[in-house]
Amino acid sequence: MPLSAQHPASGESFVLSASLDNARHLSSLLRAVHFQDHATCFATTNGLRVTVEAAKCVQANAFIQAEIFQEFAVQEESVTFRINLSVLLDCLTIFGSSSLPGTSTALRMCYRGYGYPLMLFLEEGGVVTVCKINTQEPEELLDFDFCSTKVVNKIILQSEGLREAFAELDMTSEVLQITMSPDKPYFRLSTFGNAGSAHVDYPKDSDLVEAFYCNQTQTNRYKISLLKPSTKALVLSCKVSIRTDAQGFLSLQYMIRNEDGQVCFVEYYCCPNEDAAEAEL
Amino acid sequence: LSLRAVNSSRSAFASFLLAPLFFQLYEAGGGRHDGELCRCKVLMKSFLGVFRSLPSLEKTVEKCLILLKPRSSRLVVQLHCKHGVTKTHNLAFQECERLQAVFDTQSYSSSLCAPARVLADAVVHFAPTLAEVTLGAGPGDKISLRNYVEDEAEANKTMVTELWLAEDEFQAVAVTPGSQITFCLKELRGLLTFAEASNLPLTIHYDVPGRPVVFTLDDAVLEVHLVLATLSDLESSLQRPPTNNVSNLAAPSDDFADDLESYMIALETSTDQEASGVPPSPTFPLRTQRPAESNQEEEEEDEDEAAVPGTPPHKKFRSLFFGSVLTPGEPGPAPTQEVLAEDSEGEY
Repeated sequence: MPLSAQHPASGESFVLSASLDNARHLSSLLRAVHFQDHATCFATTNGLRVTVEAAKCVQANAFIQAEIFQEFAVQEESVTFRINLSVLLDCLTIFGSSSLPGTSTALRMCYRGYGYPLMLFLEEGGVVTVCKINTQEPEELLDFDFCSTKVVNKIILQSEGLREAFAELDMTSEVLQITMSPDKPYFRLSTFGNAGSAHVDYPKDSDLVEAFYCNQTQTNRYKISLLKPSTKALVLSCKVSIRTDAQGFLSLQYMIRNEDGQVCFVEYYCCPNEDAAEAEL
Repeated sequence: LSLRAVNSSRSAFASFLLAPLFFQLYEAGGGRHDGELCRCKVLMKSFLGVFRSLPSLEKTVEKCLILLKPRSSRLVVQLHCKHGVTKTHNLAFQECERLQAVFDTQSYSSSLCAPARVLADAVVHFAPTLAEVTLGAGPGDKISLRNYVEDEAEANKTMVTELWLAEDEFQAVAVTPGSQITFCLKELRGLLTFAEASNLPLTIHYDVPGRPVVFTLDDAVLEVHLVLATLSDLESSLQRPPTNNVSNLAAPSDDFADDLESYMIALETSTDQEASGVPPSPTFPLRTQRPAESNQEEEEEDEDEAAVPGTPPHKKFRSLFFGSVLTPGEPGPAPTQEVLAEDSEGEY
């Protein structure tokens, strides 16, 4: 039963309306950036971008391009609102989060504009749920100003190689130190915890490394608590690109393939710690 | 390479001795200026953290390098993994004294040897949370394994599981008929898992209740010992005087009082080991194993009370108190005291 038949009375226009046959295509990506309760949604005719920030130091963006949706219409140049991401995810997964093959939740999303709630119509197996989630004033977002021309070092890795390293990060360490260099150790993740220091080294000729463009030796430290949530995106992804600029700002871009083979991206940006990093033992 | 550990209540000691041939490469004694053996200790949690996930270790790790850097006080464990990935852990260590349990299996009256699988299969029948189990030599050359129930009162409410193993399941049986010992099963499980995986037969040496039981694994390149304290059995000690001249202070109840007077009385009367009636002393619980020597700050060799994590503070206090009362001249526990494991240093 096409959900558009459940469209409320005509004459009311929506600045954003979208239909998705499988709500998991959206919910799994949103989970990858769900490390704070609130997110800012930004929609254009190109698609939807959901942004989460923390501590004014880290920003995560999930991009769901218009082609992923069965229907995606934006009436204004851009639509922006702030929403409770925890509630949004709870609604999207209201029929349960287990991914049984063959069953999927269909989604229709409508937004009338500033001040109106986001409406969600979810259907699975003939059962329909209607959700209305209040929206808020969008907050100003950080602009990391990270463009490809400013990149100093870049490495593209197969995600499977990093997953274990991130899952086993010594969380008693306050920082995660990332070293990227044209010389040994090439690419190193280090932690300094209660037990001592730990390093994971990836040589540039490893078959996990798809691309290695390092011009300068850079060692930067980042608050581990800010980067640990990126593990969710890492687990979903097949490839990750790690880039740093001259100031040591970090960009992690994750390529995620959904159940239908479509590709979406999630990215994390993080500020380095201010104190100069000194490599330990 | 020797790896040793003792638990906090000093009722379990394990030692793994790995010959150079166990390793692909073994270089001992490198950087120390005085040429002495390097002896250090590392926090178990830190060390285990390196080997966190065994299944993933098996799949991804090709080689493991262990290096001691005495000058920077670091134990380096480096895992060389697939795809050229290297994981290096620099663990802080502390120098320490020798940790060695004192035991002499030659003097033990009973021993058993069986493939580890036999015992592993047997313990499967006991709850994972079970603390103590009693191993005994029964009639008809059968070996029994039964869970130990502390109180008579509990015995009516607790399920008792008893398992009998025929002599032919064992590779060697040399036991004193009617002998039995009670020890903490939890401490043994880890060793059984290892023994099964390494496919080595397990040898058990035991003697009278109260003397530690020793589990051994032997191989060309590996020697493993697990020494566990056993519950000293009140009744059997009254019937048979302990061979090493140590008195078992009798106490039928688990209560104790800091009553010095009754303690002294109990001490004096218990030195006469042939006496049929040792007055029950309310001072010490049944579980008292060997009392500590006076001039050493030894903790009591209590049966590891697995139900209660760690030794309750009041018991510790009592054992120290106990220790200070005993002066060398007094009649009491003989100096040939079984020190299960010496303190490497004070409180960790």
